Amino acid sequence: MMIDRAVVEKVAQLSRLALDEKEIELYIKQLNDILSTMEILKSIDTEGIAPLAHVLPLKNVMRADEVQPSMAKKEILANAPDEIEGMFGVPKIV
Amino acid sequence: MSDYEVIIGLEVHVELKTATKIFCGCTTAFGGEPNTHVCPVCLGLPGTLPILNQKVLEYAVKAGLALNCQIAEYSKFDRKNYFYPDLTKAYQISQYDLPIAEHGYIDIIVGGKEKRIGITRIHMEEDAGKLVHQGSTITTASGSLADYNRAGIPLIEIVSEPDMRSAEEVKAYLEMLKAIIEYIGVSDARMEQGSLRCDVNLSLRPFGQAVFGTRAEIKNLNSFRSVERAIKYEIARQEDILNDGGQVVQETRTWDETKGQTFSLRSKEDSDDYRYFPEPDLPPIIVDKAWVEQLRQDLPELPSAKKMRLITEDHLPEYDASIITASKGTADFYDGLRKHYDDAKKAANWIMGELMAKMNSQNVDWSELKIIPENMAQLLSELDKGAISGKIAKEVFAEMFDTGKKAAEIIKEKGLVQISDTNAISTVIDDVLANNPKSVEDFKGGKKQAMGFLVGQVMKATKGQANPAVVNQLLNEKLSML
Repeated sequence: MMIDRAVVEKVAQLSRLALDEKEIELYIKQLNDILSTMEILKSIDTEGIAPLAHVLPLKNVMRADEVQPSMAKKEILANAPDEIEGMFGVPKIV
Repeated sequence: MSDYEVIIGLEVHVELKTATKIFCGCTTAFGGEPNTHVCPVCLGLPGTLPILNQKVLEYAVKAGLALNCQIAEYSKFDRKNYFYPDLTKAYQISQYDLPIAEHGYIDIIVGGKEKRIGITRIHMEEDAGKLVHQGSTITTASGSLADYNRAGIPLIEIVSEPDMRSAEEVKAYLEMLKAIIEYIGVSDARMEQGSLRCDVNLSLRPFGQAVFGTRAEIKNLNSFRSVERAIKYEIARQEDILNDGGQVVQETRTWDETKGQTFSLRSKEDSDDYRYFPEPDLPPIIVDKAWVEQLRQDLPELPSAKKMRLITEDHLPEYDASIITASKGTADFYDGLRKHYDDAKKAANWIMGELMAKMNSQNVDWSELKIIPENMAQLLSELDKGAISGKIAKEVFAEMFDTGKKAAEIIKEKGLVQISDTNAISTVIDDVLANNPKSVEDFKGGKKQAMGFLVGQVMKATKGQANPAVVNQLLNEKLSML
C-alpha cells in the first residue's frame, strides 16, 4: 500500500479538510486504486523522452504590458462572505 | 571571539516596475483604494486564465543577466500550494524546478577585500494580497481584512547561496544588489516601501565543521538597519541555544522592530508541503537566444564598472567612487553634473557633502529633487570664477535646493555677487579700522589674532560678499602702513 492513514491525514490537514473515520478509510482505498492504475505508466519506456511541462503544443503566450480596466469594487466584493471597509473579512488566521 | 561560524543566505523579493500585474491587465499603481485594482484573474475566480506579462519576462531576464546568471532556455511556472488568505486561489503561481535564471554571482567588497557571493536562482512569481489584522498582533487578532490590490504584482525572487558570514557582508550584498537592480531600471528597489524585501536564512556551525547547522528563516525585515539588527540578534540567540547544549529548531521567525527581537512564527513547512506542480494554465517559456543577447548588449553600465571608471578616468578616490555609484540617483546626478562641469573631485565633494546632507536632513529622494545637475554646474562655475565666495555658494545652494531656481538668478536677485572691487572694499576697511581702534592697537601691539577679528568685521559689513583674498591683502597693507 502506497497511501496509508498518515499520508491521508497529512494531505487532509494541508488542504484544510475535516475528514471523519469513514472518509479516511474510503480515501486510503481510492487513492491507492488511483496510484496503482498510474503504476501501469511505469512499464512504458521513456528513455530519451523529455519531461512534459504542458500538454498543449504552446509556448511563450504573453501579453503586452498595457493597463486594462479592473473590475468594479462593488462586483469584486459581491461574493465576499464578510465585507468590512471595502475589504474581505476573513476569520482568525493563526 | 565566537566558537561558531555564521552562515547566511538571503531570499530577496524585488517588485518589478511594470505598468500591469504579472498575469492580468490590472494596474500596479500604488495606493489605490482597497480592492480597486482587482479583476477575476488576479482574484483567481473559476474559469479565468492568467497570461504572462511580456515585460515581466524581459525584466527577469535583464536581472538575470546583470547578476551574471545563465538564462534558462526552457522555463515554466508552477503552483505553490498553501492555505492563507493573502491569496484567494490557495496557491501562488511561482517557478519551482525550472526558474528563468540560475548560477549567478555578485562581487562585494567588505573590509577592503573582494568576495564573490553566489546567486542560486532567480524566479518569477506573483505577489500576495495585503492583510490587515484586527488586533495588535497576528496571533491575538480576532480576524483579518484582505486587500488584493497587491495580489498579482510581479516579483522576482533572488536566492543567494549561503555564502555570507557576517551582517557586514549581508549589508554589502544587499546594497550592491539594490544598486544593480536600480541601474537596470527593473524596480525602484526601495526596502522602506516594500519594493525590495529580504528574508534571511541563518545558521551557526562550529568552526571546521563541514555540514551546516539547523537554520532559522527571519522575515519582516523592512529596512537595511532591521536586517543588520535582526542578524546580530539571531546570531546571539542561536549561540545561546548551542552553548547550553540545545538544538536550534528549523522554523520561520519574525523580526519585531520595536522589541528588537525575533519571535517564532511557525515551524518551517517542508518544501514538499507546498506540493508544487506545473501550472497547467501557463505554457512554458522558451526564450529566444538572440533576444537575450540583445538584452545583454543593451544593459547599462553597472555599479562596479561605473565605479572603476570614476576611479581610473575621473581620478576619484575609491571611497568617493563607492558612494557616488552606490545608487542610481547619485550616479545619474554625478554624470549629469560632469557633463557641464570639469572638476570631478569638486563635483563629488558637493554631491557627497552639501547635496546628500540636505537630502538626508529633509528626507528628499532623487526623484523629488528640485535642483538639476546643469544648475549645480553653473553654481560651481560661479564659485570657481570667484563671482561668489564659498560661504555664499552654500547659501545659494540651499535656496536652489528648496526652490529649484537657477544659481545666477538667486545671486542676482539677492545681490550676492562677490565684491572684488578694491575701491569698494577699501572704503569698508577704512570704516572698520576707524570703528575698532582697540583691535588696531592690539594688532600693532603684536596680537596677530586681532587681524582675524577685523577680517570678520569687514565680511560682516559686506554681508559676506567681499572677496576674502582681497580683504586680507588690503587689510594687511593698511595695517602695516598705520
